Amino acid sequence: MEQTPILEVEGLCTTFGRGGQTLPALRDVSFTVGEGEVLGLVGESGSGKSVTLRSVLGLARRYGEVTGSVRWQGQELITKSERDLRPIRGRDIAMIFQEPMTSLNPLLTVGQQLVETLQAHTDLSRKARRDRAIEMLDLVGIPAAASRLTDYPHQFSGGMRQRVMIAIALAASPKLLLADEPTTALDVTIQAQILDLILRLSSDMKMGVIMVTHDLGVVAQTCDRVAVMYAGRIVEQGPVRQVLRDPHHAYTVGLMQSVPEGVAPRTQLYSIPGTPPSLAHLPPGCAFAPRCAASTEACLATRPALLRVSEDRQLACFNPKNQTKGCAA
Amino acid sequence: MSDTAVSSSAPSRPSRLQLALGKPGFLIGCLIIALSTLLALMPNVFAPYDPNYIDYLAIRQPPSWAHPFGTDSLGRDSFSRVIHAYRVNMQMAILATVFALVIGVVVGALVGYYRGIADMIFGRVVDAIITFPFLVLVIAVVAVLGPGLINMYIAITMVGWVYYARLMRAEIIAQMGNDYSDAGMVMGYSDRRIIFRHLLPNAITPVLIYWMTDMALAILLGSSLGYLGLGAQPPQAEWGVLIAEGRNFITTAWWLSLMPGIAIVLTGLGFSLIGDGLADLLRPRG
Amino acid sequence: MATLQYILKRLTLMIPTFLLVMVIIFLLVRFLPGDPALAIAGDRASDADLAAIRDRLGLNEPAWVQFWLFLTNTVQGDLGTSILMRTEVLDVVFQRLPTTAFLTVYAVGLSVLIAGPMAFVAALNRGRWPDTVIRTVFQVGLSMPVFYIGLVLLTFLAAQLRWFPVGGYGEGFVSHLYHLFLPAFTVALYTSAIILRNLRSAIIEVLDAEYVQFARAKGLPNRVILGRHVLRNALISTVTLLGLSIGNLMSGTLVTETVFAVPGLGRLMLEAIFARDYPLIQGLTLTFAVLVSLVFLLTDLFQSSLDPRMRLS
Repeated sequence: MEQTPILEVEGLCTTFGRGGQTLPALRDVSFTVGEGEVLGLVGESGSGKSVTLRSVLGLARRYGEVTGSVRWQGQELITKSERDLRPIRGRDIAMIFQEPMTSLNPLLTVGQQLVETLQAHTDLSRKARRDRAIEMLDLVGIPAAASRLTDYPHQFSGGMRQRVMIAIALAASPKLLLADEPTTALDVTIQAQILDLILRLSSDMKMGVIMVTHDLGVVAQTCDRVAVMYAGRIVEQGPVRQVLRDPHHAYTVGLMQSVPEGVAPRTQLYSIPGTPPSLAHLPPGCAFAPRCAASTEACLATRPALLRVSEDRQLACFNPKNQTKGCAA
Repeated sequence: MSDTAVSSSAPSRPSRLQLALGKPGFLIGCLIIALSTLLALMPNVFAPYDPNYIDYLAIRQPPSWAHPFGTDSLGRDSFSRVIHAYRVNMQMAILATVFALVIGVVVGALVGYYRGIADMIFGRVVDAIITFPFLVLVIAVVAVLGPGLINMYIAITMVGWVYYARLMRAEIIAQMGNDYSDAGMVMGYSDRRIIFRHLLPNAITPVLIYWMTDMALAILLGSSLGYLGLGAQPPQAEWGVLIAEGRNFITTAWWLSLMPGIAIVLTGLGFSLIGDGLADLLRPRG
Repeated sequence: MATLQYILKRLTLMIPTFLLVMVIIFLLVRFLPGDPALAIAGDRASDADLAAIRDRLGLNEPAWVQFWLFLTNTVQGDLGTSILMRTEVLDVVFQRLPTTAFLTVYAVGLSVLIAGPMAFVAALNRGRWPDTVIRTVFQVGLSMPVFYIGLVLLTFLAAQLRWFPVGGYGEGFVSHLYHLFLPAFTVALYTSAIILRNLRSAIIEVLDAEYVQFARAKGLPNRVILGRHVLRNALISTVTLLGLSIGNLMSGTLVTETVFAVPGLGRLMLEAIFARDYPLIQGLTLTFAVLVSLVFLLTDLFQSSLDPRMRLS
């Protein structure tokens, strides 16, 4: 997939809180997304996956400071005013949230919430907006779509609500979808349906997707490339197949071992020892070093930078596993 | 009071205390209340005249160096009367609330712990009492008992305990969800020990915060009843009474009513600022 | 139809509470010092007259019979005769009720106009100077007794500047609006001080809600986000808060009516107390309780009409 990316994120830093106590939620995050490409952003909760999405779309800056560069088809978004961002949000880049229960306004019908997106981004007539709304609900697989426009969110099940949210997000045919753990709050059987839906729509509409998840299974099923995040940084990045087959970073290895797959019954499940560091008290060196079996003095003292280790893989580690070509600084 | 609150709370980091003291509001509140307490304890030191000394030669004089707040229609020194009123008005903050606090905490803890029929009856009583506007019920009780300070305290206590009990009950029930109360039962502690040694100290923090706010309300309520003629009775120097006495001369001798009002506002503000500071200090995760 | 059923259900649930309310009022009045018969007949009445009145009022019956009498009379709308007014208590109440109702609604309207925009400005500027200024001013307002606010307004705006009348109720709607402006404003200042803080945090909660984030992510104009998503949800909290504060509001009305000499129920209550007019005290206390419950019910209905999740089906 050699082409110019539609989204280029470089050196993105997000710090929450002003004045007294500040919390560095994102530190120097860089990645790209190509047209129609599905990028997985994976890590434990608190690693900064959601914050990354919210920073890209300019939703995080109400709560803190966002610096670095986010280029959308060549335009810089970080410096854009709220007013100038508006035509991009929803029309070029759309986002769906984790919790379908709380992400839809309980006081408005789903029709109203769908139509208002169209109203903001298209010149369609009232009738055309309504038709498009029905078409969208139909597209995401909601039965009897026309009759459900006047229903309120609480009248839908969790999975259906997530479909509604996808319909709203995709109503204006965006070129990139930011999906913030879209299946975490759903039943396992519904999860697969929603993922299939997102993938199908992505390939039909040639739409790029950033899929945030803590589930490597989801990544393996859906993504083209994956970026692994830990404590506000990307620690490893590359094509899904390569990364999952041959992980370099000890944290990626740990994540993969935590997925119970092909394990004999009644054996102890693996979990990474220790807990993620508090963002308020990050160690000077590699944030994962205290939990890492292969850590050395150097890991504790200095932070490894994210460096290119092969044609399309990047890694931030002094003592990588399974790696032939060294990358030590 | 604040000492009990601090020691009975869950282990709070010292940084929190510093945080609260660093807030200008809390500090100002403490300062106001400390000064008010001083005035209440020894008004004679600060008041230049006897508050009840009548001087027919100096009636309704405007503020001057001799009489900073002027004199009233009997020639009494307004400033001295406002200062002496600190005693009774500060007393209100305590006496109109402390019995309601004690009764409310005990009743709330018991019905919260035992539930059952007593709790159901309690629920009905709460519903009935909050169906009356607070002041209407208090006034009705004062009407029954007759106007006066003591009766006013009784009336406010009879109505006010409900609010403490309701809060306490909710906190006890929330605390009982924690494992340590089960642990206490398993270890065979007596009910009294579980309630008063284990649950109460943990559940009481919000009640104590409410108490601070309630003290501010008690001063407002007490002075309102004084103003209406149902609380402290006239020769007594009390802010509400003083304002009522000045009411008829409001266009000619405005200082008579204005100055006691400022004392009420300052004291009320002091208590509510401390209440806010304590809330920040004691509430888990600020 | 569903609404009617809901109201009926709510009213049924109110019965035990109201029985208790009646018990409280009954006990209060029974403990009122002085002889009711003497109060009705006057000092010069003969012993025979007094005995006749006692008999008529059922004062010689046992307590539970008296309570039953009180209960059945009340349910039939017989609240007794006012000693002070020499007319039926119910008539007096209905005569004064419109004034108090007008004042209360007026005050609620003004408090929404004051607290609403202020809470919005404070919430949108959270932690910055407009927020600090608004919160400080309202905190000071919270420490002002309502009679003092009234007196200060009365002195400066009515007595000194003569912008408003110093008291009374006036004739006709516009005149009512004019006469009751200062009393309503007094109650409104007091009420907004009570609700502002809660309203501010409610609005902040809505501003941070996921559905507002989602609305931003959809690229909606700010006007639509605030007007449609934030305002509507904040309105529910406002109504709930005002409903819950109705007891406070009526307490404020009572005092304000006294300060501004407004001929309403609150002022009547104080007159009744000083005259020891026990049937009137009893009737007014009950009226206030009924009014508060009515407002609780209306709040519920309004809430469920705004919030589809609570819509009665």
